[in-house]
Amino acid sequence: MTASLTRRDHLGTIGARTGFSRNNYKITPGLYCLGQADKNSPVLVTANYKLTFDALRKELGGQSVWLLVIDTRGINVWCAAGKGTFSAEEIAYQVHRARLDQVVDHRELLLPQLSANGVAAHELKRLCGFKGRFGPILAADLPEFLRTGEAGEKMRTVTFTLSQRAVLVPLELCMIWKQLGIAAVVFFLLSGISPGFFSLGLALSRGVVLLLATLAAVLAGAVATPLLLPWLPFRQFWLKGAVMGGLVALPLLFSGQSPASGVEKIAILLWISGCSAFLAMNFTGSTPFTSLSGVAKEMRHGLAFQIGSSLVAGLCWLAGPFL
Amino acid sequence: MQGFRYLDDTAILRLSVDKCIGCGNCRLVCPHRIFRLQDGKAEIVDRNACMECGACAKNCPTTAIYVNPDDGCGCAAYIINSWVARIRGKAPSGCGC
Repeated sequence: MTASLTRRDHLGTIGARTGFSRNNYKITPGLYCLGQADKNSPVLVTANYKLTFDALRKELGGQSVWLLVIDTRGINVWCAAGKGTFSAEEIAYQVHRARLDQVVDHRELLLPQLSANGVAAHELKRLCGFKGRFGPILAADLPEFLRTGEAGEKMRTVTFTLSQRAVLVPLELCMIWKQLGIAAVVFFLLSGISPGFFSLGLALSRGVVLLLATLAAVLAGAVATPLLLPWLPFRQFWLKGAVMGGLVALPLLFSGQSPASGVEKIAILLWISGCSAFLAMNFTGSTPFTSLSGVAKEMRHGLAFQIGSSLVAGLCWLAGPFL
Repeated sequence: MQGFRYLDDTAILRLSVDKCIGCGNCRLVCPHRIFRLQDGKAEIVDRNACMECGACAKNCPTTAIYVNPDDGCGCAAYIINSWVARIRGKAPSGCGC
């Protein structure tokens, strides 16, 4: 196995990051040799999500290590540990299957720190004879960890930088195309309802406005909110999204060119704000600092706002041609 | 985790000082560094930074730590699915993450 990534690996990364091949982007579990690994080389345990595996390969260029890839069904380390597939039992199973005790002389497995919510390290020894030791959070810190044998506080603290948030945005966008397609059909039907029963002209002209408003909401909730996360007011994500939605909607509505009537403007404002709030709320699952209890709590308020604002928006929009 | 704080007084995290043997596993694995060791016992320094990942509880040899045991990744889609599943009396389906 080589450390350098090929064009095919990079294409695969794009596929996974956009959701195209994300749910089936895995490699065969088992023991992999990097560089000139021998009986004394460290053994690193990892998930069989190919993005994870590629990150390790890339960061470990020039090193001689064993990679024990366990079967997490193509899910990354942290999520797999949360779901129970990255577990001490699964590690022990792969240790036995690879006959690791005959491959290396030492009896230590290096675990990613973020597998700790799935792996009880103190149980590994009993299960497979190997002792588990937690390494750093990021693959990028592995060379230093392997050199010094220690992971400092910085390596053990999770981060959520602008670039870490930015790589998540394409997936947020690509996962909603289907819903957007269905929504577009509904928009055209709703927009055509007029005093003369149904007007195709209105359906097209007003439907396009509604579709553009929805795209603005996507921009606000799924792009701007994740990127500007730490600088937006409020801690609840739906509130951040609602504010961002309002910020995007207001200039659109009051730029002077807007053909919409007063009641339609209210509809568009509420619709953008509500959709953006929902998309922002959904982003909680992609962050490394939101607790499940917290998300459940904010959803009670968030969903009420989103359903309420969509209903009022819908009524205002329908009322447009009648006023 | 500078710049990021989630809701205060919400995360479910309990530490039984009686059961704690001061091994320091919780301090080691916490991705938000909320534990410290004081006089041979673990102590929660920053409770509101807890995201309920459960790493501390999983690696506590004496089960001295209790964390919200609901699994799932904490995304809204998963929670909506689990609410719908509860109403329909079925096991929740995943959320694709």
